[in-house]
Amino acid sequence: MVTGSDGRSETTVSRRWFTAAGLSLFWAAPSRAADPVILTFDRLYGSFGVRGLTFSDLVLGNLGRPVTLTGYMAPPLKAEASFFVLTREPMAICPFCQSDADWPVDIVVVRMRAETPLVSAGTRVTVTGTLEAGSKTDPDTGFVSQLRIVDADFRRAG
Amino acid sequence: MLLRTALLAATVAAGFSGIASAQTIYPIDRAEILAGAKFDLKVEFPGAPAAGSVKVTIDGRDAAEVLGAKPVIVEKEDGGDLTAYWLRDVSVAKAGRVEVTATAGDKSKKVAWEVYGTPKGRVAKNVILFIGDGLSVAHRTAARIMSKGIVEGRYGGELAIDDMPAMALISTAGTDSIVTDSANAMSAYTTGHKSCVNALGVYCAKNKNTLDHPKVETIGDLLKRKTKMAVGVVTNSEIEDATPAGVVAHTRKRSDYNDIVKMFFDVKPDVIMGGGSPFFLAKTTPGSKRADDVDYIKKFEEAGYTFVSTKTEMNKAVADGKGKILGLYNTGNVDGALDLKYLKKGTVSKFPDQPDVVDETRAAIATLSKNPDGFFLMVESARIDKYSHSLDAERAIFDTIMLDNAVKVAKDFAAEKNDTLIIVVGDHTHGVTILGTYDDDRPGQTPREKLGTYADAAVPNYGPVDAEGYPTNIDVSKRMAFTFASYPDHCYNAKPYLDGEFVPAVAGATKGTYVENPKNCDRPGAVHVTGNLPFDANSGVHSGDDEVLTAIGPGSEMFRGHKPNTFVFRVMTTALGLAQ
Repeated sequence: MVTGSDGRSETTVSRRWFTAAGLSLFWAAPSRAADPVILTFDRLYGSFGVRGLTFSDLVLGNLGRPVTLTGYMAPPLKAEASFFVLTREPMAICPFCQSDADWPVDIVVVRMRAETPLVSAGTRVTVTGTLEAGSKTDPDTGFVSQLRIVDADFRRAG
Repeated sequence: MLLRTALLAATVAAGFSGIASAQTIYPIDRAEILAGAKFDLKVEFPGAPAAGSVKVTIDGRDAAEVLGAKPVIVEKEDGGDLTAYWLRDVSVAKAGRVEVTATAGDKSKKVAWEVYGTPKGRVAKNVILFIGDGLSVAHRTAARIMSKGIVEGRYGGELAIDDMPAMALISTAGTDSIVTDSANAMSAYTTGHKSCVNALGVYCAKNKNTLDHPKVETIGDLLKRKTKMAVGVVTNSEIEDATPAGVVAHTRKRSDYNDIVKMFFDVKPDVIMGGGSPFFLAKTTPGSKRADDVDYIKKFEEAGYTFVSTKTEMNKAVADGKGKILGLYNTGNVDGALDLKYLKKGTVSKFPDQPDVVDETRAAIATLSKNPDGFFLMVESARIDKYSHSLDAERAIFDTIMLDNAVKVAKDFAAEKNDTLIIVVGDHTHGVTILGTYDDDRPGQTPREKLGTYADAAVPNYGPVDAEGYPTNIDVSKRMAFTFASYPDHCYNAKPYLDGEFVPAVAGATKGTYVENPKNCDRPGAVHVTGNLPFDANSGVHSGDDEVLTAIGPGSEMFRGHKPNTFVFRVMTTALGLAQ
């Protein structure tokens, strides 16, 4: 294990890297290395309850790897379109949506590789990018997310 | 950039030239204040005069001296062009008219408050406040038609919410608008002060931080500070949502959910039930929506609460005689009655053992009524409003019937002894009305062709009602045309939404605009309806109509005629004799 100035975090990162690498060898062997793993909203969580969610093995096994996920684009909290929220269903009723407080629990935050014009929330989109998990607070908006696809592109889904 | 500079110059000029608006005093003119209830006195002096030049008096004497508090004076508060004068956490002990005057240089502003006592002392042991969120007259009528039936113009029975001796027409306007929201509306009931849209337990001052605005005491604060009564807050919305939050919260922004959970913990109502668990989970737990590492479920458990997450666990906690219960039954809102009981849509598959508002009410009363000093319980049927926003008539009506069943539980409890004041009221209205019926036997396909008015409306043919008063079939050939006065663009086919809550509009490609949800346009007989709301509306909106309040029990006789919503606080605190 590498021990840096902060030995603990280095160890954690290294372990996760080894886990991801091991799983990817196992799961991705039949396909080309660059092919993104296809995720669906139904397969993101192992359990879903009042005391919290657990990520599925599929999610945990593909952290840091390219993935695709299809859902609906919800309106972003900032004006520029490099950041939006992907939801399972078209954005539901939310008359006083003012913050992340009002979003459904099972959202995925998408950080675009570049600014891109948005589409209507009634249109299904397929997002491709790198999967990232863990609580993160956006420094600009304060938006708290648990699951993200970063460095992403999207296209209209069929 | 040029424009902004010009505006800034104009603002500065206004400040120095003396044409700025007068001082603003909080609490505001004509405030009615319970003797002994706490509040923050704040005066904002425009133009940022020097601290030494501002003066605040009460009935001619120095305000700080009268209220026994040390003033805090902040020049250019939050960088703004004002000087703030604060007397925090003060109260007026003696009933009567109070005149507050704020002076800076040659400018002076005067407001008058009415401080009221409760000279008769306590007449009610318990108070139960039922809020039908958004409950309007048509919801009541529709619930009565569905639940009791109607033959030759006479109903098959009375609703529990209607069958009460006291009644009043309640106005809901806030300090800022004739149409309000659930935060400000609930705040009027729980503090006795009118405020503005999105605010809970505060006046809307110029502070930048939403938690810094001048506070007024809530009934939850007051009961925990002054009495040994038990307090319960029960809803089927997220527990952090505006109505339940109104019992404990002080914030300018109702969506400060992280802070509102802390406020629940600070006040510690004995029974807390609803949805919205993600704001109780540390951010390290997937599914959390908190921005910090605090595990509030654990904190409540450490404070002696039994945590329950299903109806079974809730009933067991009650049977085990637990005195403090935190019940969180869903990550979002608890599902409404139509989905819970019949359709099993919404989140019922994920959360199959949720209590409804009636179950919660029964559990809360059983727990709170063990307190020999009595209790205050707030019960909300929250989704009458939410389903009216989403233009989902059947779900809104079912949740009105659910409210009625919960009120019946309370009336049965109160009937044993005449010591409980029960109040049933909306918090604001929706523009809803019963136009007639939609009749599938009429020729044509579209809603206009199916609509029968006057004699053609006749009576609907909902299936027989079950033991709880819900019709067993809503997908019938002749159903109420329960319609909405305000709507975004949407597609409509005048049929009940059996696949889940209606989502009329979705965000458009242009930021801040909403368009019809294309999913609905393929339904048989669907027509495109052009919205009549601003383009940024995604659902129906509240209306400024008055609402009907009904009440029973000691103290309820105060309700009569037309009253402002703040009067509800006055009746509750009078019945409990809460003034000093």
